[in-house]
Amino acid sequence: MDEVLLGRIITASTLGFHIIFATIGVGIPIVIMVMEFLGIRKKDTQYLTMARRIAKGFTVTIAVGVVTGTIIGLQLSLIWPDFMRLGGQIIALPLFMEVFAFFFEAIFLGIFLYTWDRFKNPWHHWLLNIPIVVGSTLSAVFITSVNSFMNTPSGFELSEEMFVNIDPIAAMLNPSVYVRVFHVVATAYMTAAFILGSIAAFKLIKNKFQKDAEYHKKALKVTMSIGIVTALLTILAGDFSAKFLHNEQPEKLAAMEWHYETETHADLVLFGVLDEENQEVNYALRIPWALSFLSGNSFDTEVTGLNDIPEDEHPPLVIHYFFDLMVVFGMYAFGVALLYFIIKKFTRFNEHHPALLYLYFLAGPLSMMAIEAGWFLAEMGRQPWIIRGYMRVSEAVTNADGLGIVLVSFIVLYAVLGFTCSYVLVKMFNNSSAESSREEYYGEGVDAK
Amino acid sequence: MMELNFEMIGITVLWTFLYGYVIVASIDFGAGFFNYYAMETGQHQKVSHIIQRYLSPVWETTNVFFVFFFVGIVGFYPDTAYYLGTSLLIPGSIALILLSIRGSYYAFNSSATKPRKSWAFLYGVTGLLIPASLSIVLVISEGGYIYEDAGGVQLDIEELLFSSYAWTVVFLAIILVLYVSSGFLTYYASKAKNKSAMETFRKWFLIWSLPMIVISQFTFLSLREHNFEHFQSAQDYWYLFGLSLLTMLIAIFLFWKRRNLGLAFILIMLQIAFAFYGYGISKLPYILYPFIDINTSVVNESMAFALTIVFILGLVLLIPSLYLLLRLFIFDKDYVEGREEEGY
Repeated sequence: MDEVLLGRIITASTLGFHIIFATIGVGIPIVIMVMEFLGIRKKDTQYLTMARRIAKGFTVTIAVGVVTGTIIGLQLSLIWPDFMRLGGQIIALPLFMEVFAFFFEAIFLGIFLYTWDRFKNPWHHWLLNIPIVVGSTLSAVFITSVNSFMNTPSGFELSEEMFVNIDPIAAMLNPSVYVRVFHVVATAYMTAAFILGSIAAFKLIKNKFQKDAEYHKKALKVTMSIGIVTALLTILAGDFSAKFLHNEQPEKLAAMEWHYETETHADLVLFGVLDEENQEVNYALRIPWALSFLSGNSFDTEVTGLNDIPEDEHPPLVIHYFFDLMVVFGMYAFGVALLYFIIKKFTRFNEHHPALLYLYFLAGPLSMMAIEAGWFLAEMGRQPWIIRGYMRVSEAVTNADGLGIVLVSFIVLYAVLGFTCSYVLVKMFNNSSAESSREEYYGEGVDAK
Repeated sequence: MMELNFEMIGITVLWTFLYGYVIVASIDFGAGFFNYYAMETGQHQKVSHIIQRYLSPVWETTNVFFVFFFVGIVGFYPDTAYYLGTSLLIPGSIALILLSIRGSYYAFNSSATKPRKSWAFLYGVTGLLIPASLSIVLVISEGGYIYEDAGGVQLDIEELLFSSYAWTVVFLAIILVLYVSSGFLTYYASKAKNKSAMETFRKWFLIWSLPMIVISQFTFLSLREHNFEHFQSAQDYWYLFGLSLLTMLIAIFLFWKRRNLGLAFILIMLQIAFAFYGYGISKLPYILYPFIDINTSVVNESMAFALTIVFILGLVLLIPSLYLLLRLFIFDKDYVEGREEEGY
């Protein structure tokens, strides 16, 4: 297989695996923070137990997040040495800052996890959430900044093959950074909330410990509340992204939408099958003029088509499906949360009806698939560039031998880690009743009565 | 912009973090190994409590020292990404896989309802293999194993595998881990007032101190064979290496006499600091001999300035946080002795 493709598959597997744990790592702290807040405020040990149990599972996922994060950090130099040699000159700053943010988070997470019972005033323990949330979110901000730089490089000038007038701050605050940071952070919060909502729904469906029902209903309510707010923010972020791509990265938008002719009143194409020879899309759902509207809030917006972009700079057209899947899965989660609240507030139906619980359950896994689809869209949509307009992926790959064996080894590693991690988490919570944990932690709960 | 010597600032900061990593990672790696060894030899009841109490809250922090170092070195000296990135594809991947197994299985095992011996084995044994594989980077940086031709940079694996210098450094790394770790655990157990665990760790420490003395002298001799230039410049700093030997001997003496164990561990840290900085200073100006010279490979000035500022701000944030972590888990008498339930 060709070296560039091998390198890309290695990086894609690492990132595809890491992003699951990174998303959880960025999103869960805020959920824990909310739950501990509710618990202390309402003097309700069920919320506190939730925070503690989630934190316990979180230690396992964060470990995998840390090690896979270490892998990607080093793999960038191992697989793409030329990119890092160049990137180091311009974009090292946010990478460096990310390490500090994570360092900060790791220290306080260590303290947080082992000091539940060490403070007389529970708010002191709650305060530890703040550096954790700040640290994990800032990690996401800085890493997204690096990725944004690859899409919309800035902060330097090119003079005879040399980069001059380097401005690290301008590189860090490159044009796409705001839109992408907003999108990444909002979706991480959203996905974490829906994943925990899925677990609550699953526990209610299985109903293994009947005394836990109230606990899981409360968990469902909190996670759906966080979910619906962050899903709304995500929709807003998606809208900004479309407008941003239209202005700054038209080739990505065009490839995403199989949009060939530059025109106003452009249609939004959902799914379908592309006939590349004739530039025709069959079996698709078309929303007339919607692409123009999404790109510039007006049907008169002229959307650049692929025919006006040099052919060797076309991103792969398969990203159309990733885009559609991302939107559909994300919207599904939003819809489910909306449904939950409509039924709860405005109808007399039971919002915990088993059929509904199945719908809620799906929101978590589908949100995570939306994250995956979104990153495949973002990364493949940047092709053929590693730094858009300046360096191609094919120019950056290592010339060392052995990429094949490296690929196989890491795939085996991810399979083993993924399997063991799931196994440990299932073991941890499958046979453990939440009310028993409450009894254990706080000496109250159904068992204590 | 100010006239700052960024090539020296960068390497000083990075070397200091690498030193920090050598200390905390040695404690961590060794503790994992001793934990497994105690399981195998039926001493688990006696010592595992002490090991777990220390390891649990700090293991992630340890890993960040390492990440900090490699992100920092690519930031300050981007050429390292190219030369070391290309030549270390295979050894680097092996180290990453070992680090991943160790970090994950540590967390899996400490979270699992029933800890497993096989998982303890994984993080115990990787604890010795990781320092071995990481020390290869320092070996390679001495030059003689990497060639640059028309096809780019190549690592001569055969040369590396049959190099006595490489193997000496690998053994030095492993012995150092066991030596530092058992020294720290002796001190930690004595703080916890756990006499029997303290005696066990002390015994392990004394066992590993002899090979430590031998291998550190041997490393010098093989450096002389491998890179005579570096060996000669190291002789200019003979007093640093002399101090290192002296502090080691005093530390071993104190452990032997069971006296002032806190001071004894500080002496171990000093012993390593003298040797580590002596090695580092005498190696300058090269990061990777002869390809990466700090004077020609340092990043552009605006990036170096930005990184330095961020580093200072970062320290302002981190030092109080690290102090809090240490106060809660290492210097807190109640926690160390296992009586933290009372709260405060």
